[in-house]
Amino acid sequence: MKKLFIGAVMAIGTFISTISLSFADELLVPHMTYRVGPFAANGTMIANGFTDYFLMLNERDGGIGGIKVNPEECETGYKAQVGVECYESYRGKNALVHTPNSTGITLQILQKAPEDEVPILTMGYGLSAAAKGETFPWAFNYPASYWSQMTSILSYIDSQTGLKGKKIGFLYLDVGYGREPIPVLEELGPKMGFETLLVPVAGKEMQNQSSHWLTIRKEKPDWVIMWGWGAMNPTAIKEAAKTRFPLDRFIGNWWSGAHVDTQSLGAKAKGYLASSYTTTGTSFPAIQDMIKYVVEPGKSKTKMDMPGKVLYNRAMFNAVLIAEAIMEAQKMTGKKMVTGADVRLGLENVKLDEARLKELGLEGFTAPVMGGCADHENGGSIFVQQWDGSDWIRQTDLIPPMTDVVQPLLTAAAEKYVSDKSGWTTQKCN
Amino acid sequence: MEILYAIFIAPFVEMGSYPDLFIQALWDGFVAGTLYGLIALGFVLIFKASGVFNFSQPILVVLAALSLVSFYKMGIPAWISVILVLIMFYVLAWLVERLILRQLVNQDGNILFMSTIGLTFIIIGAAQWIFGGVPNAMIVNELGFPSGSLEWPIFGGGVYFEMIDVSAAVIAVIMIVILAVFFSKTKIGRGLRAVADDHQAALSVGISLNQIWVIVWFVAGIVALVTGIFWGARSDVSFALQIIGFKALPVLIIGGFTSIQGAIIGGLIIGLGEKIFEIYWGPLLGSGVEGWFAYVIALVFLLYRPQGLFGDKLIERV
Amino acid sequence: MFYRETGQFKSKYKEELAAFPLAEDKVGIIILLVIAYVFIPIFGIPGLPFEFTMGAIMIPVFIFTITTLGLNILLGFAGQISLGTGAFMGVGAYSCYKIMTIFPDLNIIICVILSGLVTAVVGMIFGLPSLKIKGFYLIVATLAAQFFLEWAFIRVAWLYNYNDSGGIEGTNKEMFGLIVSGPQSDALTRYFIVLTLLVLLTWLASNVIRGRIGRSWMMIRDMDIAAELIGVRPLTAKLSAFAFSSFYIGISGALMVFFWLGAAEVESFDVSHSFTYLFMVIIGGLGSITGSYMGAALVWVIPVLIKEIGKTVFGFDAFIMENFSIIFLGVAIVVILIVEPHGLARLWQITKQKLRLWPFPY
Repeated sequence: MKKLFIGAVMAIGTFISTISLSFADELLVPHMTYRVGPFAANGTMIANGFTDYFLMLNERDGGIGGIKVNPEECETGYKAQVGVECYESYRGKNALVHTPNSTGITLQILQKAPEDEVPILTMGYGLSAAAKGETFPWAFNYPASYWSQMTSILSYIDSQTGLKGKKIGFLYLDVGYGREPIPVLEELGPKMGFETLLVPVAGKEMQNQSSHWLTIRKEKPDWVIMWGWGAMNPTAIKEAAKTRFPLDRFIGNWWSGAHVDTQSLGAKAKGYLASSYTTTGTSFPAIQDMIKYVVEPGKSKTKMDMPGKVLYNRAMFNAVLIAEAIMEAQKMTGKKMVTGADVRLGLENVKLDEARLKELGLEGFTAPVMGGCADHENGGSIFVQQWDGSDWIRQTDLIPPMTDVVQPLLTAAAEKYVSDKSGWTTQKCN
Repeated sequence: MEILYAIFIAPFVEMGSYPDLFIQALWDGFVAGTLYGLIALGFVLIFKASGVFNFSQPILVVLAALSLVSFYKMGIPAWISVILVLIMFYVLAWLVERLILRQLVNQDGNILFMSTIGLTFIIIGAAQWIFGGVPNAMIVNELGFPSGSLEWPIFGGGVYFEMIDVSAAVIAVIMIVILAVFFSKTKIGRGLRAVADDHQAALSVGISLNQIWVIVWFVAGIVALVTGIFWGARSDVSFALQIIGFKALPVLIIGGFTSIQGAIIGGLIIGLGEKIFEIYWGPLLGSGVEGWFAYVIALVFLLYRPQGLFGDKLIERV
Repeated sequence: MFYRETGQFKSKYKEELAAFPLAEDKVGIIILLVIAYVFIPIFGIPGLPFEFTMGAIMIPVFIFTITTLGLNILLGFAGQISLGTGAFMGVGAYSCYKIMTIFPDLNIIICVILSGLVTAVVGMIFGLPSLKIKGFYLIVATLAAQFFLEWAFIRVAWLYNYNDSGGIEGTNKEMFGLIVSGPQSDALTRYFIVLTLLVLLTWLASNVIRGRIGRSWMMIRDMDIAAELIGVRPLTAKLSAFAFSSFYIGISGALMVFFWLGAAEVESFDVSHSFTYLFMVIIGGLGSITGSYMGAALVWVIPVLIKEIGKTVFGFDAFIMENFSIIFLGVAIVVILIVEPHGLARLWQITKQKLRLWPFPY
């Protein structure tokens, strides 16, 4: 007992001495990951893709502007409460930009960002309204918000079968994330002449969807759009096949179309569609470099079969944007060691055009992202990919969102968010 | 009036106008109910034999499915993997008895219940550590279960029966028959019931408590394996499967904590009830009522028939 | 040596019945209060970054202590098991949010207390089945409450003011010219408020438990039929336990969102949290106020410690450490239940007994 006590005291002592170590000459890029928990399969891919890119920069270029990057992970297990703990543990360490990797955690830290002067980049998740740079100076959701994505998906459907007089089923995970695009459907339904059928899937029913698909069979929608996550996706695809719903009329959003969702189904999922904004595959020089410098020498936790997968590539692109923003910040301020406030400016001035993408070794990988003060979303375009039984194949060119529909909604949402917040920080853009 | 129409007439009109869909709903409810029943069966077995409300039964289902798939992935043939899983469950049963149950003999039911929550966490952590959290497909074909589906064209539509669901129903029925016989006819089975009635009385007539507990946990493990195979076939094998286990609790209430038939019949009531209710009445409440519908039925039962349909009535004295 | 009652004479019954009959205990409490009110705000926990100490350790531990106190009243003192704690915290949080938006000028502390009262009412409603059922049956009934409330938090958009995010968010709230809640508030201010509420609620709980109501709870817990025979009304006893417990849990839920997290989705109130709170009660000690403190602190701090130690000292990745801490919690539960079903609090009591005789036992 005594020994145990002494051991514990010593352990706490070492813990205390190490936690307060400062990392003086590193660029700290915090990264909240979820390698454990119910969504670990997705989280592991995301964590690896993100970390590997920075490790590759460190190995190949010696960091950014000659300073090594420290992509420090903090494990949340996708739990919001632990997210706060992670956020606090990065405090006072000159964190540059937060990547919470969870909408729940984003909501919690969104309000703290202006006070702590660390921007948040929620790529492909978070609050849609954060696209409004004037209301949310410290939050970014390049390259597209959920609302933009929904309009792009609808225009894809329109281009395939036409939307007028059609019935669109919307199968969604019944939490904030899944409910978010409903206003777009409500807004566009009467305008474009389609009918919407809402099919919510409660978190507990993710793997038990037979009644949802019976409802779909009863109502006979022409298309089904899915806002799913984790175990919900493969179950939905299976049930769709079971009810003889044509899989090429079933389209998932960008969190419903990864290899982890379809790989175990193989040929059963053939034909299933999903949107995305990053191309799969390892043919890009940047990814080749990551394999060469990081994955093959075994410098990260990445297994050889991970690079090129949907979520890995997407997380890598997230890291690319942050790296570009840091570089931009270094250029703008002339300092090597930038701060969170500098990176915020960097994010607003990111210029990831075709030429720069090519330079980075990512030609044709995604749509260009041009930062802006007022537009923190950059109205990103998506494309549609299809599962061919063994891999995701890109089907379309970039499909731009319906800006005229999304923008008023975003403005209204941003105003609503601010309306009950006192002392909210905004900025003026010209 | 419209509301009354929507509640009392419209759903039945729908049922009548698409009879194929209605039959499909009944079949789906039947299959889901059987599987709920199987999970509940695991609870019942352990409760019947040791008076422990074993909260770890859902995670045993996950553990069984996950380890089966993982063994197979290591290159071990499918049926040998099954045997390995069974051996693993025997060892687990022995460990649980040795390290937990034996230490808690004669403790209050709540304490035993809470210790199984602790066990749940131990298994979650260990399984995740060893097998990882990546979802896997269940090795249905490799185990020799038929795949594909039967189609029954009827009423201008069609009803689809997945072969794997048919197998699940058949195996569930076989298992219940075997277990019922085992409990009522064999010596061990009678021993199990004696232990459930009174630990000390059972001990005094020469029944080995420890042996009985190992057996019953092992049998619950077998049930978990069967459940895991079929749930895993319906959706992937992952830790999220554990949530399904919560569905088994209302089943227990309806069927009674101590009845094997009750578990299955309760499962069917919940399975059929929630599917039909969700499809035909769910839209009135904005859908997604499945999550708590089962609990509402259970609450009604609790208030009017707390011992369930087949449970033993408890009589308390001071 | 230091801890003995020799020479402390009581001349009135009232003194015998005091919460802390021993002078040493009184001194101990005062020392603890001084540490909490003076030392930690000034020095923090030595070696740890101050903000981290406040935001990731002290404030959550205090809030969870209130939750644990609430659950302990129900489970430890009244013997009614509940797995709906997470959702009841949600009731507190959502009702506080609603009250705040309906009366934007209302003092936030009053909001928090009102939300506790709302939760008490909801708790009483869901506690009604306890009159007829108990044990495992009650577990199912409280789980029903949990799942129904979770559904309501998503489906009743009115509860979160039709926010697009589907969550509730705090905002800056002033009290006496000081921002006490919201993103601009100082961690220290929030610390003092939470601490003060905790102290007050502990004082209230310890008195209620020693009083007539508390004793009737314990009678119901120990043997309900016998209690009924000697004149305890199960209706009032059980429902008051549910109400009282839910009051605490509701307050802690409101505090959690508005003094700690800043915003919350339904995920923060799901059933897995109910288990965590149950663990806090079990590890700390059923039916003990001191235990509630110990349980909440241990269950919250240990995973944080394991995670950080694993990362910084051993260089293990988060995956291993997270699984390790899950296993550790599980083992802790089992071991505590086997070794000392009354938890750490009982161990502490045993230590105190030993201290009375130390250094000359016998």
